Amino acid sequence: MTDAIASFGAGGRPVSIHTDDAAKARLKGRYRAEAWFKWLGAGAVALAGFFLVLLLSTVVTQAIPALRLNYLTLPIDLSAAKVDPAKLDEVNYDSIAQEALAAKFPDVTRRQDKRLLRGLISTGTGVFLRKDIAADPGMLGGTVDYAVPLDDFADLYLKGLLADVGSDEAISTSVTPSGTSGDIDLTFGDNGMLALARGHGATEAENGMLTLTSGASSLLVVFNGGTVKLTALSPGANGTAIAKGTVIEALDSTAPAASGQASLRVIDTPEASRKISDKEIVWLDTLKSAGLIESRFNSIFFFTGASREPELAGVWGAVVGSFLTMIVTLAIAFPIGVSAAIYLEEFAPKNRLTTIIEVNINNLAAVPSIVFGLLGLAVFLNFFGLPRSAPVVGGMVLALMTLPIIIIASRASLRAVPPSIREAALGIGASKVQTVFHHVLPLAMPGIMTGTILGMAHALGETAPLLMIGMVAFIVDIPGGFTDPATILPVQIFMWADFPEAGFQQKTSAAILILLLFLVIMNAIAVILRRRFERRW
Amino acid sequence: MNKFILTASAAALALAASAGYAAARDQIQIVGSSTVFPFTTAVAEKLGQSGKIKTPVVESTGTGGGMKLFCQGVGENTADFTNASRAIKDSELETCKANGVTPVEIKVGFDGIVLANSKAGTVVDLTKEQIFKALAKNVAVDGKVVPNPYVNWSDVDASLPATKIEVLGPPPTSGTRDAFVELVMDAACQEEVKAANEKGCGEIREDGAFVEAGENDNLIVQKLEANANAFGVFGFSFLDQNADKLQGHKIDGVEPTFENIASGDYGVSRSLYIYAKKEHVGVIPGMQEFIAEYTSEGAWGPDGYLADKGLIPLPDAERAKWAENAKALKGMGS
Repeated sequence: MTDAIASFGAGGRPVSIHTDDAAKARLKGRYRAEAWFKWLGAGAVALAGFFLVLLLSTVVTQAIPALRLNYLTLPIDLSAAKVDPAKLDEVNYDSIAQEALAAKFPDVTRRQDKRLLRGLISTGTGVFLRKDIAADPGMLGGTVDYAVPLDDFADLYLKGLLADVGSDEAISTSVTPSGTSGDIDLTFGDNGMLALARGHGATEAENGMLTLTSGASSLLVVFNGGTVKLTALSPGANGTAIAKGTVIEALDSTAPAASGQASLRVIDTPEASRKISDKEIVWLDTLKSAGLIESRFNSIFFFTGASREPELAGVWGAVVGSFLTMIVTLAIAFPIGVSAAIYLEEFAPKNRLTTIIEVNINNLAAVPSIVFGLLGLAVFLNFFGLPRSAPVVGGMVLALMTLPIIIIASRASLRAVPPSIREAALGIGASKVQTVFHHVLPLAMPGIMTGTILGMAHALGETAPLLMIGMVAFIVDIPGGFTDPATILPVQIFMWADFPEAGFQQKTSAAILILLLFLVIMNAIAVILRRRFERRW
Repeated sequence: MNKFILTASAAALALAASAGYAAARDQIQIVGSSTVFPFTTAVAEKLGQSGKIKTPVVESTGTGGGMKLFCQGVGENTADFTNASRAIKDSELETCKANGVTPVEIKVGFDGIVLANSKAGTVVDLTKEQIFKALAKNVAVDGKVVPNPYVNWSDVDASLPATKIEVLGPPPTSGTRDAFVELVMDAACQEEVKAANEKGCGEIREDGAFVEAGENDNLIVQKLEANANAFGVFGFSFLDQNADKLQGHKIDGVEPTFENIASGDYGVSRSLYIYAKKEHVGVIPGMQEFIAEYTSEGAWGPDGYLADKGLIPLPDAERAKWAENAKALKGMGS
């Protein structure tokens, strides 16, 4: 087009308003505006994409640790002396597991230390043990190697989420201990340790004494088969350094360790700033180096119900609850929604009444979801006396919320079926009902299904309407039916986000991933239906 | 027409479902305070694990909301227990009685309310009077009641740092807020403010220095981590669980530690309660087992699992007294 105009100009004709300089400038301006708009549009897409990637990568990186759980294998004594096969329910399985763990650390005798040690394994151990024995009585009668889940803090430490574990280096001087247990003195061959302690936040007194308080990094000296935690250091005679320390793991002997035989382990995060003590770290490292700790796929997370202990908490209860709720929602909203749409679109007379109904359906789609929850509380719970926290009520409330979406989508896809189809059917003598059900509805079905699935996906992510009817609750048992108390995935996410224990952070992200997965699957089905079956005219 | 179909089918479904639900409820239902929620859920789970009864369902509705549901009446459709972060009010007790409900009161422990900030921030030692001056809506300056003029902590008291007053705390619907107002603001109220307006003591400033951060205490924790100058007001269990990130501050010279709250030295602590519905004992299975589990030493004792969750146990004598009360199902006002 522009070429044509330009060639006319070259042909000696008078320059028109379409070809003069002002026109060229205008043209340039128009191209510039177009380029700007393209860039802006691309920028908007890039920004949205960036946020999406940011969001997803945060959720995924946070969720990954939750997919695995560390197990500790212990030799558990299930001989008749401990477990009476006739009275399986009366046995304290927790204490049997705790005894097995205590047997690994015979030096731990103080009551508080024993408590710390017991805390390394999950409080759910006894429950797992009881269930497994009930399933396989063959375990009884001797000692079996049994893997128990670790407590959440121990698990988080092993995943590296609780403390910065610093260096582990050989000490290039000799170390002489004064004893093998309790509070002992260590003599270092040179005073290089003093500078090291200063560098790790030791507080220095006027007489040159360095104290390592709980606010400083932990310095652990590992030698002679044991571990000593340094508490204070001072310069000794002849350039040596003398350290006071507490033995965490007993030494084999008081023999001096030659240069290079002892090693220094530094835990950078001060003991006061982490939820796991030096003792627990040493114990866990010992167990780990003995090959007793193993990281496994976290089946607890996927196949159990809620729990107050992060390591025992699972999403299965919420997944089942969501599923039951969605079945009820679909069973109510789909037939009612589609019938309403067919009637309004195909049969209803166009008068003032139907216009009012139409406007109200559109309004209903915009009503805040909490309002549906209040309605559910007033009508279903208080008036009909249905049980609290039950999927049947949740499903009904969500169905009310989804109805307008389904009606609007169904009407749109019914309207998209060309009138020629209807006229042809009526023309060969089909009744109005036959026309709709044999010809129009099948052609509109892909659109209706797409709308329904999107409506359901919307309902799947709702928590607000369920708050009022008691589905925002702590429910451990996995629901077995429509009237059992149940919760749903978004509620589970909301509750985990609110729990104080650090272990729930990863669980929250992992549950978000599962919810996202369900939404993606539902949307993918909607896309496939549209691609495969939708007809265009 | 459409609305008729809708209502009719919903009603039909509701009737069908309620017919299926005629069997008696065999699971305890608990409502109430979000502060007591973490402890009650732990007890519920323990009891469920033991296999004696089905795990109770615990909802977090807030103390006031819980009382409303609890006092609604007697019967399967009403809650069996309610958690409360304060004692039942006289008005609530009256409602309960009017509806034929006899609550059995059980005090389960203490919760401290702490003022904390990120470990990166400064450590301060505050008095209740300073907190009042920093956060009250109206304060007395030179004998006159004026809207709170203080911008920096150093304006309140020269010994405090010259950083902006920025405190994240719970909204008025929260039991934590009620307790904070009662224990700090009312306790340290200036005479002039009280004289000017009877309710003026409990009013917290709304000019941005105090930010209502919502019921989610974890959110406050995250915001504090991000902003070293901000302080937060929340329950002790969140400080306890986040001891690696946050530091609590002394109030009136006492540090918010487990021991100090348990001994009563720390001034900003409140009692936590659960209320059982006496009429449901023997009707809903597991009522007595639940009470027995909650009041067992293994749960609420100093070494019990609730202490691990951040509940501060009652002194021995009080525990014995409340356990006795609970065992005897001593109803209130009867």
